[in-house]
Amino acid sequence: MTPLAVSIVGTIASLALVLIVLELIRSRRLRERYALLWLATGIVLAVLCAWRDGLNTIARWVGIRSYPPAVLFAVGILFILAVLLHYSTVISRLSDQNILLAQKLALLQQKLEADGVREEVTAR
Amino acid sequence: MRRIAVVPAFNEQQNLGRVIEEIRAFDPGLDIVVVDDGSVDATAAVARQHGATVLVLPFNLGIGGAVQTGFRYAFEHEYDLAVRVDGDGQHDPAQLDRVIAPVLAGEADIAVGSRFVADVEGYRSSRSRRLGIRLLAVVVSRIVRRRVTDTTSGFQALNRKGIALFARDYPHDYPEVEATVMVSRHRLRAVEVPVSMRERSSGRSSITAARSIYYMVKVLLAIFVGLFRRTVVPEEGTS
Repeated sequence: MTPLAVSIVGTIASLALVLIVLELIRSRRLRERYALLWLATGIVLAVLCAWRDGLNTIARWVGIRSYPPAVLFAVGILFILAVLLHYSTVISRLSDQNILLAQKLALLQQKLEADGVREEVTAR
Repeated sequence: MRRIAVVPAFNEQQNLGRVIEEIRAFDPGLDIVVVDDGSVDATAAVARQHGATVLVLPFNLGIGGAVQTGFRYAFEHEYDLAVRVDGDGQHDPAQLDRVIAPVLAGEADIAVGSRFVADVEGYRSSRSRRLGIRLLAVVVSRIVRRRVTDTTSGFQALNRKGIALFARDYPHDYPEVEATVMVSRHRLRAVEVPVSMRERSSGRSSITAARSIYYMVKVLLAIFVGLFRRTVVPEEGTS
């Protein structure tokens, strides 16, 4: 069972994470879709810290006998991987959009210049 | 018939002027649009000097993004025929008639100049790259069920259908191989015609040895994943 002091500190830290995420959403520095993953992380962490026998129980469910905290590491690493994968998709989409914007910019700029020349000619 | 040459150029102030003049010598009725892919030299100025339309990209997109910009221009301005001639002088505009012929005759939607169809003299690139090109050729030929010998050639001609497809969807980085597969998946008719290519006369090719391995792996991945993509036959005006 998790020692009481560790449990209390951990729970407070996890709840702080949740609050920080909520504040970031409120001040529009974090979009809701990306925030969901972080909120989930914070809540899972808080539950694992507050539920003092939780780690042992879950470890027993999944068949880990020797070292229950391994559950925590496994869950943590999975979360990190999920966040990173999500970032890769976001970056891919952003770079696709970036390319499209650059192309449209080049086309519009050319159009503008061509129209400008035509106006000059007709003005004379 | 409205026809246009798309000329992608990245830092090609040395070669570009000659390329434009050669295109004009081949066919004065061919409009020329140079895509300046974020060059830091006088590429755009040289192109304007020689009377070409210039599309200036705000930063370097790589050959795929640059070429697509040109095809978008061709699509928006309703050209019926587009050819791609690289600004580094590798593609010889004097051989454009061979590349254009199948498209003009209505036999193909896209025709690609290949260095390896027949024993044509001329530049064939380094040994390791040739090996890579051959391996890709075998894989791609299998997939598209047609003999493709030069999957990395960008010397090509397209009709309206081809322009519409590439304006809408064109692979990035090293686009030609994927584009070959894409064209077949979209049921466009493609043919290869024999051409010879020239070694670039000045400057340095953008592909180094280490990069060509990365290129191989990336392209193979892109091809195999691309096979599982939903295909759409492009229709005009839906882009």
